[in-house]
Amino acid sequence: MSAGTVPAPGGALLPVELKKDFPLLARTVRGGRPLVYLDSGATSQKPVPVLDAERNFYERHNAAVHRGAHLLAEEATDAFEGARATIATFIGAVPGEIVFTKNATESINLVAYAMSNAATAGPEAERFRVGPGDEIVVTEMEHHANLVPWQQLCQRTGATLRWFGLTDDGRLDLSELDTLVNERTRLVALTHQSNVLGTVPPVELVAARAREVGALVLLDAAQSVPHQPVDVAALGADFLVFSGHKMLGPSGIGVLWGRRELLEIMPPFITGGSMIEVVRMEGSTFMPPPQRFEAGVPVTAQAVGLAAACDYLTELGMDRVHAHEEALTGYALEQLGEIPGVRIIGPESIEARGGTVAFTVEEIHPHDVGQVLDELGVAVRVGHHCAWPICRRYGIPATTRASFYVYNDLTDVDALADGVRQAQKFFGTG
Amino acid sequence: MQLESMYQEVILDHYRNPQHKGLREPYEAEVHHVNPTCGDEVTLRVHLAGSGDETLVQDVSYDSMGCSISQASASVMADLIIGKTVKEAMVVGDEFLALMQSRGQAEPDEDLLEDAVAFAGVSKYPARIKCALLAWMAWKDATARALEADPR
Repeated sequence: MSAGTVPAPGGALLPVELKKDFPLLARTVRGGRPLVYLDSGATSQKPVPVLDAERNFYERHNAAVHRGAHLLAEEATDAFEGARATIATFIGAVPGEIVFTKNATESINLVAYAMSNAATAGPEAERFRVGPGDEIVVTEMEHHANLVPWQQLCQRTGATLRWFGLTDDGRLDLSELDTLVNERTRLVALTHQSNVLGTVPPVELVAARAREVGALVLLDAAQSVPHQPVDVAALGADFLVFSGHKMLGPSGIGVLWGRRELLEIMPPFITGGSMIEVVRMEGSTFMPPPQRFEAGVPVTAQAVGLAAACDYLTELGMDRVHAHEEALTGYALEQLGEIPGVRIIGPESIEARGGTVAFTVEEIHPHDVGQVLDELGVAVRVGHHCAWPICRRYGIPATTRASFYVYNDLTDVDALADGVRQAQKFFGTG
Repeated sequence: MQLESMYQEVILDHYRNPQHKGLREPYEAEVHHVNPTCGDEVTLRVHLAGSGDETLVQDVSYDSMGCSISQASASVMADLIIGKTVKEAMVVGDEFLALMQSRGQAEPDEDLLEDAVAFAGVSKYPARIKCALLAWMAWKDATARALEADPR
């Protein structure tokens, strides 16, 4: 699809009956109005197969995995490791490269703290060491989860944080790629899809430059894995993180994918049971990855639920999911763009862009826009969306954000545009 | 629509025509408060006069950025407490806080709160309570600092 064109509404869309798979979407909200859920960028709703998978695990197979000599422990371990394999396949990886965490935030912290811990680990951890004179590179469009851990790592180690700026039209400014990513760079951490702007930066280009100078690359894929086909091998990254709850899965589970040879030499972050090889009073040795990074009894039913979500999405086809959201986004950009006083914060074309549309409405604060929408049953997010520097960059206090997923349709976009007009009417600005 | 119960005419009036807005001299303390969930900000100064129980809120000046509720609340507050003693103003502040935490259940004291009773509807929306309280919390903080620096 070429830049700026709007696809014929309906052509690429998933069937509207899909909504029936999501029990919550059938409920009503304020004043008995039907719910229009446009906040999937924050968290997604769950289809019946995911709820069933979790419930079935608890009803039939629940036990602590990787321990116990009984049948249930065996079944639970099989379910857990089976889930790992399903999730690995979903992103083109192998099971040994999938580390279960709490969420994308924890996955990023895992790598950041492993880099701190490398200072006192053996010589094999050299690759992860950072200190004064070294640089970590991020971007101005990062979610706080992919910014604050790196600020903190720099503070702990004396390394320097640098960042890519943004262009006026919401893209990553790569004009200084070769100077920003240089021989001093140890790691480049960037988003695979902005949770505010919707922008999908050319991560392959950044990864290629990072490779030239021997820097590691971590991708925050919390907003991409749920919405587009992702093949880790093709991206050129070393690490990739995402959360289960944003992709139809349960809350409480996230993933760190890492290249096997790097996970092999990476020091642990959280330590304790399950991740050890031999423990003596004087000291301990650790399991190979992924177990080295999974201390404690893991979140098992959630892993099973996330695998069910991957199966559900695979059945829909991630290409179709992407096309569906592209069609909705194009329609939303067109519908919102027509309203006088509405300013889209982010790319105004669907090229290299996901289904997150942030905007401002002249003379109405986003909190007030959100309040009117809520009154109409339309659930959006308002504020800085955990990416405060983006607001500063574009000189705005906050935005209203609509984000789409498989269960949204064109009438949801109409409800959004209608709600914005009603807000203008209510506050006397439209 | 239920919106009118939150956005009372009084609130919209203060939002469109904020009272006492702008930072002024003299002042004994200045604070900067933010609402980290939405990014609303207020910079607020207090100027006190007199001493002891008769210490007076001579002026409250502020510069703020935010939603209609936070803007209107700052304006209503300044209107309400300028000219009162610190002691009286604190009583009003506590009553307003109680109203905001009431989830729409409180019978506000109109003699005490005057225009601020218009915010009763806001207390039904947990996400907006912080908006209504932003300026009040800033004022309490600034006053505490002013009194700490000079106990009068």
